[in-house]
Amino acid sequence: MISFVLTRLLRAIITILAVVTFAFVVLRMSGDPAQVMLGPDVPQDVIDAFRKAWGLDQPVWVQYLAYLKSIFTGDFGVSMRDKASALDLVLERVPATLQLTIPALILKLVIGIPAGIYAALHRQSFADRGVILLAILGFTIPSFVMGLILVLVFSIILGVLPSGGQDTWVHGILPTITMSIGGIGILARFSRSAMIEVMGQPFIRTASAKGLKWRDVVWSHALPNAAVPIVTIVGFMVGSLIAGAVVVESIFSWPGIGRLLIVSVSNRDLAVVQCILLVIAATMVVSNLIVDLLYGWLDPRLRSRAAH
Amino acid sequence: MGAAKSNLVELRDLKVAFDGVQVLHGIDLTVGRGEALGLVGESGCGKSVTWLAALGLLPGKAGVSGSVRLEGRELCGSPRSTLESVRGGRIAMIFQDPSSSLNPVLRIGRQITEALALHRGLRGDAARTEALRLMDMVGIPDARSRFDLYAHEFSGGQCQRLMIAMALAGEPDLLIADEPTTALDATIQAQILDLLIQLRAETGMATVFISHDLGAVSQVCERVCVMYAGRIVEQGTVEQLFAAPRHPYTRGLFDAIPRIDGPRQPLVPIPGTVPNPKHLPAGCAFSPRCSRVLQSCHTELPPLVPQGDGRLLACARPVPLALVIHAAKPRTPARIVESALQ
Repeated sequence: MISFVLTRLLRAIITILAVVTFAFVVLRMSGDPAQVMLGPDVPQDVIDAFRKAWGLDQPVWVQYLAYLKSIFTGDFGVSMRDKASALDLVLERVPATLQLTIPALILKLVIGIPAGIYAALHRQSFADRGVILLAILGFTIPSFVMGLILVLVFSIILGVLPSGGQDTWVHGILPTITMSIGGIGILARFSRSAMIEVMGQPFIRTASAKGLKWRDVVWSHALPNAAVPIVTIVGFMVGSLIAGAVVVESIFSWPGIGRLLIVSVSNRDLAVVQCILLVIAATMVVSNLIVDLLYGWLDPRLRSRAAH
Repeated sequence: MGAAKSNLVELRDLKVAFDGVQVLHGIDLTVGRGEALGLVGESGCGKSVTWLAALGLLPGKAGVSGSVRLEGRELCGSPRSTLESVRGGRIAMIFQDPSSSLNPVLRIGRQITEALALHRGLRGDAARTEALRLMDMVGIPDARSRFDLYAHEFSGGQCQRLMIAMALAGEPDLLIADEPTTALDATIQAQILDLLIQLRAETGMATVFISHDLGAVSQVCERVCVMYAGRIVEQGTVEQLFAAPRHPYTRGLFDAIPRIDGPRQPLVPIPGTVPNPKHLPAGCAFSPRCSRVLQSCHTELPPLVPQGDGRLLACARPVPLALVIHAAKPRTPARIVESALQ
């Protein structure tokens, strides 16, 4: 068990390192922050001074090593625009993002999973077909289209909900719904197919042949087995609690991480972008780690395999 | 067999169709109290479907009609709660693949005590004690320390023993054993058969033994039904069928058994395969594979009728009695002859 956790941790660190490296290289290849920050008509000596001040005159590999060294000491750099700590800038945006993504995650779970399971248990029924249709619509319509449709209907036509901003909790309703619809569809589809697969297994027939009530067959015999594939998908969703809001935050002008990311990328604010990507990678990795541990708890077969 | 009042289960004209394709064409079958009945035939003949249908365990798309009576009470078409009270408590069933028939994520002990709580109201320590007794009874060594293990930590044979323990938990009047030894290797097969025989002797429960292994059937059962393509084609006592199989299909099944005594002889397989229920041949379903086929067999379905010796037979041109006595007897394995002589 300890070696299992250690290998997972090592793998997690390597993943984060890969993300950080990739972000570092791509950002430096995709544009000059001095040009973007200072504007088009700045004299060359100003640009040179800016580069020297931020260490951009050094060779890339020297910059990279310096960056790695600083993040290992907990220093995530300084924003070129605000001259503030990049980590502080990012962390102060996290609550706003979580205000949207956590309620959205809860909606996905409490609507998606029961809908999928209900559909699986009433296969070929009207409800089942309805769930499949809505699920496909839900995850095929891109969130920016869905967001605009909802704004059109609820803000412009009906005028009952605000179309942007963060002033009250009411402002959070449309972005939360927009963000959850795709996930509800995906979870409904996954829960449905996981449940259908489990309900066809011989041990379900055994449970019925034992004389168990239908309800108990479903609750105590089928659901624990369907949990493993469902947990996988939920893990992805938890992992994108931070990253999943980029598009929706932009549509609804919600001041979260996603908007900070877009602004920082267009400003070539290197330290902030790198810090955001690091935070995103870390949440993904941590949620994957939790999912791996949950697998063992949910399925004793995986537990004994991991032990060997 | 026996007077009507001693019949435990009676199937009358039981029919099953999947998506409009008829797979069971009217099965009439009785199981007496404490009796051991064998159901033989190749895969796809409807042996398992018969009993899954009787217990209402087929998927919802299956169309089941006819009558299934347990001590006179109609089960076919009865509400789910009635069937649930019968399953496990009156009629228990064990299946072909024991390893996947046990829930992989629930502890074994819990799966047995669940049945005890359901049918005998036992909970807590009482349930645990009884479950350990049952595990002991079916031959799980060191039951106490293995109570909290999972199915994958037991071998296939032990999983089948656990399935049997779980079936016994409800103290059923009838145990349906659906090819219980097919997935197991030969020595384990023999142990499981011995266990079934012993448990029946101890508890007096009736057994329906579904198998394509005639040797196993002869060890466990008193009476045998041979099924082909969703119909019963021959039915009689083990002695009758083993001494003189009359239906060419029954005879074919015997000829396909490897013999363990006497000189080596090539096996005689039955040519062809079981027909697809979607495209059943006209007339007798066995006619395309039958060595004794008549012209009329291709057009007329022979009814299942009682014979002089008490057996039931559905064949227009059965194997003559005199012929089989000479031909079949030397071919039967020694243990079968032994049981036939008992």
